[in-house]
Amino acid sequence: MIVPSETVVELSRWQFAATALYHFLFVPLTLGLSFILAAMETVYVTTGKAIYKEMTQFWGKLFAINFALGVATGLTMEFEFGTNWSFYSHYVGDIFGAPLAIEGLMAFFMESTFVGLMLFGWDRLSKAGHLAVTFLVALGSNLSALWILVANGFMQDPVGASFNPVSQRMELVSFFDLLFSHDAQSKFVHTSIAGYVTGAMFVVTISAWYLSKGRHVDIARRSLRMGALFGVFSVIGVITLGDALGFVAGSAQPTKLAAMEGMWETEPAPAPLKVIAFPSDAQQRNLGPTLEIPGLAGILITHSLDKELPGIKELEQRAAERIKNGIPGMLALQRYRQNPDDQAALATLREHEEDLGYAMLLMRYAPDLSQATPAQIEQAARDAIPPVWLTFWSFRLMIGLAFLMLIYMIAMATYSLSKQCVAQQFLLRISIWLLPVPFLACELGWLTAELGRQPWTVYEKLPTWISASTHSEGYMYFSLIGFTLIYLVFIIIEMFLMVKFIRQGPGEHGQRPVTGGGGGIQPMLSRPVMRPEE
Amino acid sequence: MEIYIALKVLWWLLLGVLLMGLAIMVGMDMGVGTILRYVGRTDGERRVALNIIGPHWDGNQVWFILGGGAIFAAWPVIYATAFSGLYVVMLLLLWTMIIRPVGFEYRSKMVSPAWRNAWDWGLFVSGFVPMLIFGAAVGNALQGFPYHFEWNMASVYSGSFISLFNPFAILAGLLSVSMSIYMGAAMIMNRSEGSLFERSRKLLTLFGPLALVLFTVGGIWVANMQGYTLSGANPGADSNPLDPRVAVEVSSGAWLANFRAAPVLWLLPLVTYLTVILGTLAGRAGKSHFAWWMGALAWIGILGTVGAAMFPFMMPSSTSPAQSLSVWNASSSEHTLVWMTVWTVVFVPAILAYTSWAFWVMRGKVRTEQIESDDHAY
Repeated sequence: MIVPSETVVELSRWQFAATALYHFLFVPLTLGLSFILAAMETVYVTTGKAIYKEMTQFWGKLFAINFALGVATGLTMEFEFGTNWSFYSHYVGDIFGAPLAIEGLMAFFMESTFVGLMLFGWDRLSKAGHLAVTFLVALGSNLSALWILVANGFMQDPVGASFNPVSQRMELVSFFDLLFSHDAQSKFVHTSIAGYVTGAMFVVTISAWYLSKGRHVDIARRSLRMGALFGVFSVIGVITLGDALGFVAGSAQPTKLAAMEGMWETEPAPAPLKVIAFPSDAQQRNLGPTLEIPGLAGILITHSLDKELPGIKELEQRAAERIKNGIPGMLALQRYRQNPDDQAALATLREHEEDLGYAMLLMRYAPDLSQATPAQIEQAARDAIPPVWLTFWSFRLMIGLAFLMLIYMIAMATYSLSKQCVAQQFLLRISIWLLPVPFLACELGWLTAELGRQPWTVYEKLPTWISASTHSEGYMYFSLIGFTLIYLVFIIIEMFLMVKFIRQGPGEHGQRPVTGGGGGIQPMLSRPVMRPEE
Repeated sequence: MEIYIALKVLWWLLLGVLLMGLAIMVGMDMGVGTILRYVGRTDGERRVALNIIGPHWDGNQVWFILGGGAIFAAWPVIYATAFSGLYVVMLLLLWTMIIRPVGFEYRSKMVSPAWRNAWDWGLFVSGFVPMLIFGAAVGNALQGFPYHFEWNMASVYSGSFISLFNPFAILAGLLSVSMSIYMGAAMIMNRSEGSLFERSRKLLTLFGPLALVLFTVGGIWVANMQGYTLSGANPGADSNPLDPRVAVEVSSGAWLANFRAAPVLWLLPLVTYLTVILGTLAGRAGKSHFAWWMGALAWIGILGTVGAAMFPFMMPSSTSPAQSLSVWNASSSEHTLVWMTVWTVVFVPAILAYTSWAFWVMRGKVRTEQIESDDHAY
């Protein structure tokens, strides 16, 4: 059997993580800002105040700069399952492909068709018509989040599917189970609200920066108020639903949860929450001092006082049992693939089917399972645990940043409503430095979810190592270098344009005198590029 | 069982529809990118050309995204095998395609001529190269790809990157580029005036006939090349490309077997000839809307001809013909296809309706003055 080399698997993982994290820099802002645009335009349409139109158009311009890269890097994601994870694509494509295709049908078409009208249709549509178009863009982008998280939900908690030995892959048996998977639904809400927080932070911090400079005061004050109110509710929502997600992970993905909480040992219920700890993956314990709150982890995760949470070492032993149970299943599958009339093999396979994924974990060390040694089984069982240190700290940092944003948003909402705030100048001045915070928090959320899923691409069903395409290392270096160069150029250009248009600020629209056709470049050179500082 | 067979055929047809949507809509935008530097001599003219498709390129591009998604969902093993096997080609396609969204959006955000010139080259590359690759991919599919499967269905590709650029594939690629230029020119004519209109008209009347010549040469080539014939397949069975009962014969001229069996299929190439001739004549007379619709029908004729020749094959294997991926052994499960059909029936009519509405809203000529007074214009 030809399998991808260790290096190729590692490089494929790096490439996927890098391109997904990069794509995920642009997506949350699209999700959140689209709704804020819709809210601003609603005020414009209902009150008729022109300043709200100007606000919508100004933030809309920044939205478009961000949106273009979101679309461009989204193409990469559509390709990458096939190009770099071909065994994965075959093995679960029957299930995983459907939500991606439905995302295209239901969400991308809507979002992409109407975004054109949103940007180009100001003079072609009625006020109400344009508002409807803006709402459809917001709806479309949020629906696309739903379907991509339904797909991701299957990787985390593969419900609604079973293994078919004839086609040698997982197949969908219940579309409803797939769609209403607890993981998918709670993560959809958590992720889209994280997008709203990002949108709100974007609007609030940039508006505060204008206010600190005394520029564009009318627009900045109004934007800040809308952003801050939207932001307060969103941050509270994202934290609450994060808790719901922890509850879901607690039952569906015990290894992820144990890694997130740095729990090496099974502790008596309710388990303490480790606020600060220094997990060592090599020594399988927490080094140095640990700051704990008694009972809190058990209560938060199980929503009860008496349910025990299994520690990593216990989960490893369970994995070893499941590996042993998977071996006869995989051997039976091999016999069945040789001879489709072998009913005995089929019966054995059915009996051990649940643990085929664990047998594949072992195949990394023992390609011929009939010769597997206890040492190899132990090695494979160790693999069943995600990287603890990284998962633990990604999770901690994400939560820390969420609470930082909660405090900030409450302060800004108070400031914008009462115009009285103890340290308002200070608040306005530090605001712009908080702009990267929501983006960082989103990336950390992705890391927690996807590192915590390891060593699986599909939890307990398909290991990461076997999912990758069997490319040469040369191909992988070629694509990694290509992506790095292109993405680097793109982010530099994007940041440059963002900064340029943020510095320029609103109020440059449509006031240029109409110049005749033909010449093109010349008349535009006379256009002031940047507004002088006030 | 019978339902599953019908679903497989339906999804083969739907994939065809998606590829036609991709060829017509994305091809048109890419054609505009390809000819941008020729039809637009001044920055003003280029901006007009870009703003003609400006409100639509993003929606159109979803035909491509959905094409990828639908192959993944309905034909997962083809998605897995083709995308990984053609790794370098796929990366070239991807890297040139991702220049497009950024190019459209960022090009006119700065006034520097060097900046705009660089993006114009970018838009050329991201129009020309993907169309060449799409066509070449179909050309290679007709010749078969060198791949096989391990016992566990891991696919192994044994061909080289360079061999994908063989003469027939390049011919097919050029046909696809020619059609995209024809469609892009028709679209620019629809919404422009003056020299932009005239130059586009010249291109349309040149590339329409060129496409027909390439189509004819390609057709003669296909009639004589090694084609594939399937026997022993069980159309209603669960998808298994390693089914030992299946045999595939490779013989010259086999791609014409379907036409011999059902002569009505000759209508497909006939449609291509008629529509391109009528469309070119209409374009020459300045009736670009009619020319555009004829071009769309021509795409249906071209892709229909390829589909009719290959059926039931989708991705033949040149090194292990018996493992060739076909309509019968490469689809998703019945349950998945049922659900995909439900979603398609609900949403495709809606998509067609609002896409048409968007084009209707943005109808009429694009003028330089509008662009310069509009802050959001490209």
